[in-house]
Amino acid sequence: MSAVVAEHDDHHDHGPAKGLLRWVITTNHKDIGTLYLLFALAMFFVGGSMAMVIRAELFEPGMQFVNPQFFNSMTTMHALVMVFGAVMPAFVGLANWMIPMMIGSPDMALPRMNNMSFWLLVAGVLLLASTLFMEGGAPASGWTLYPPLVLQTGKALPFAIFSVHLLGISSILGGINIIATIFNMRAPGMTLMKMPMFVWTWLITAFLLIAIMPVFAGAVTMLLTDKFFHTSFFDAAGGGDPVLYQHIFWFFGHPEVYVMILPTFGVASTIIPVFARKPLFGYSSMVYATAAIAFLSFIVWAHHMFTVGMPIAGELYFMYATMLIAIPTGVKIFNWTATMWKGSMTFETPMLFSIAFVVLFTMGGFTGLMMAVAPADFQYHDTYFIVAHFHYTLVPASVFILMAAGYFWLPKWTGHMYDERIGQLHFWLSVVSVNILFFPQHFLGLAGMPRRIPDYAVQFADWNMISSIGGFIFGASQLLFLYIVINTIKGGTGEKVTGEVWEDAAKHSLEWTLPSPPPYHSFTTPPTVIPTEHM
Amino acid sequence: MKEGVKQKNAKLVRILVFVVLGMFGFGYALVPLYDVLCEVTGLNGKVESAAVKEVSYEVDKNREITVEFMTALNEATPMVFRSEIKKIKVHPGEYYTVNFYAENKTDKVMVARAIPSISPGAAAEYFKKTECFCFSEQTFKAREGRTMPVRFVVNPEISKEYKTITLAYTFFDNTETSVK
Repeated sequence: MSAVVAEHDDHHDHGPAKGLLRWVITTNHKDIGTLYLLFALAMFFVGGSMAMVIRAELFEPGMQFVNPQFFNSMTTMHALVMVFGAVMPAFVGLANWMIPMMIGSPDMALPRMNNMSFWLLVAGVLLLASTLFMEGGAPASGWTLYPPLVLQTGKALPFAIFSVHLLGISSILGGINIIATIFNMRAPGMTLMKMPMFVWTWLITAFLLIAIMPVFAGAVTMLLTDKFFHTSFFDAAGGGDPVLYQHIFWFFGHPEVYVMILPTFGVASTIIPVFARKPLFGYSSMVYATAAIAFLSFIVWAHHMFTVGMPIAGELYFMYATMLIAIPTGVKIFNWTATMWKGSMTFETPMLFSIAFVVLFTMGGFTGLMMAVAPADFQYHDTYFIVAHFHYTLVPASVFILMAAGYFWLPKWTGHMYDERIGQLHFWLSVVSVNILFFPQHFLGLAGMPRRIPDYAVQFADWNMISSIGGFIFGASQLLFLYIVINTIKGGTGEKVTGEVWEDAAKHSLEWTLPSPPPYHSFTTPPTVIPTEHM
Repeated sequence: MKEGVKQKNAKLVRILVFVVLGMFGFGYALVPLYDVLCEVTGLNGKVESAAVKEVSYEVDKNREITVEFMTALNEATPMVFRSEIKKIKVHPGEYYTVNFYAENKTDKVMVARAIPSISPGAAAEYFKKTECFCFSEQTFKAREGRTMPVRFVVNPEISKEYKTITLAYTFFDNTETSVK
């Protein structure tokens, strides 16, 4: 990506270093954002290929292509790569690119730490990927790494654990940087309650990250010492308890899923008002709802463990607390709908993906409510129903919104317009196939098909075949996105885009007041006018 | 960057690093917290790991509770392990003794530990043991087999809804860790 130096601030804008080394030593928020986004895109295809292996094996009953051990490695690695390699880094990439521009700052607060957190991420993911080639194979216990099963991992166990440590440190550094940037680098007049929603959601997400990643690091460290140093945190023989791991893991794990969804909400709240040509409905309620969701995420973790043998009081508490989350989330859904209500809507690709997000995320939310009902969860637990649920909240929600963000900001980042026709084709193929892929999994789950199995009873054959066909179409459709990204970087349609790109976007957020592509250092002099149309 | 911002950043980073370290510690603090919580509430089927004094209760002859015994070996623990009876009907308040048999199938000394678990978990606090081989590690000589008693009572205050209690023991081979 070329960085054009704007005329007016040439005296202290030296531009990027020359050559490939630029990308290794860069401390520029845009360069690091680009690295994060491209890395996430690459990992999206790596994790996606693993999903293709899973769907190919499940196309028919019986064992076709891979052995059960490798199959379970695939489900585990698919999850870890998608969560820690694709979705989280993609949002950190967006944060790097957008937050300084949105709050009117020249760069992130801690640029060198920014570089370090990206390269730690790469090291962590490579270390994780290396476990695929080790004796005994990659971890195959599911991404939750429950003991005692995970302790049966072969040579890969310590590598997987150190990889989690690296990914954790990377996320924590990223989180600290984002908090420092938002607290200390805002332009004069950019008060907290004037910040764009994307900045707000990331501020809250960053606090989640620094609160939970250390807990997860602690949990996997306990696994490590249990395995190699004869501690007994989770080993019943020494007085430990494997259920304890589940509590610690989900204390991390539940907020972790909101780390992936809160920035999603932020991007949706950014895109929908622009294409509805209206201010966001209920800005301050959006802020409070986000904070409420983040708070509630810390006190509902055991709804992932309804079947471990909790006393009835515990089941009831976690059931009602979980249902409570539907309230702030509902506030958000209604606000997005109200934003579109009577708006002058146009349906460019980013808006299409955002509308699909609102509809399909609501479905994923409702299946979540179904599983919050503790007695019903005994039926759904560890079946394909839960797989359908969380894929609805992650793929047509987080991933769709990441796509939307790509289409929305690519013209701003590159100065080139993407091909709208191919964008729309990509959207329609994705939205249809994602439902063919995941909707039948609800039926499979309700009929009792367990998750994480390479073979299944014949009564599940039809829906699995349909699901796999949807999966292959969805996977192939994403190559269109890859094409569009490369094509747009290289010049796109050739159409010259303005700084604003989208009609009246500059009224919503500061990044649109800069030229496209923006100068290497965003705001060397703070902006004087703060847009307020987003609120 | 202005000096003021640099100092503000440094201060904020210090605070946030403390938060991170604190949360790392909190993860570990969950371990004793969890144990305390389980002990206080009797959740999770965790059973007292020490003998209780034998006190006499008023025996409730009108009630019968079935106590079932399960024995299991962890992974490939080379032992024979069984209870002499599979279940027994008991009156709350009355003391019973049931024998378990365990045998070392190897030619070496073995140190093993039996871990008890009671289900339903909430019944655990009413299930009192005055004698049990599970209170400490058991050392078996090569090929040694031995009969070991468990003496227990069900506290008559137990809620009427409990009609069956299952007591499960799993033997773990701790030879390697104990020798070190």
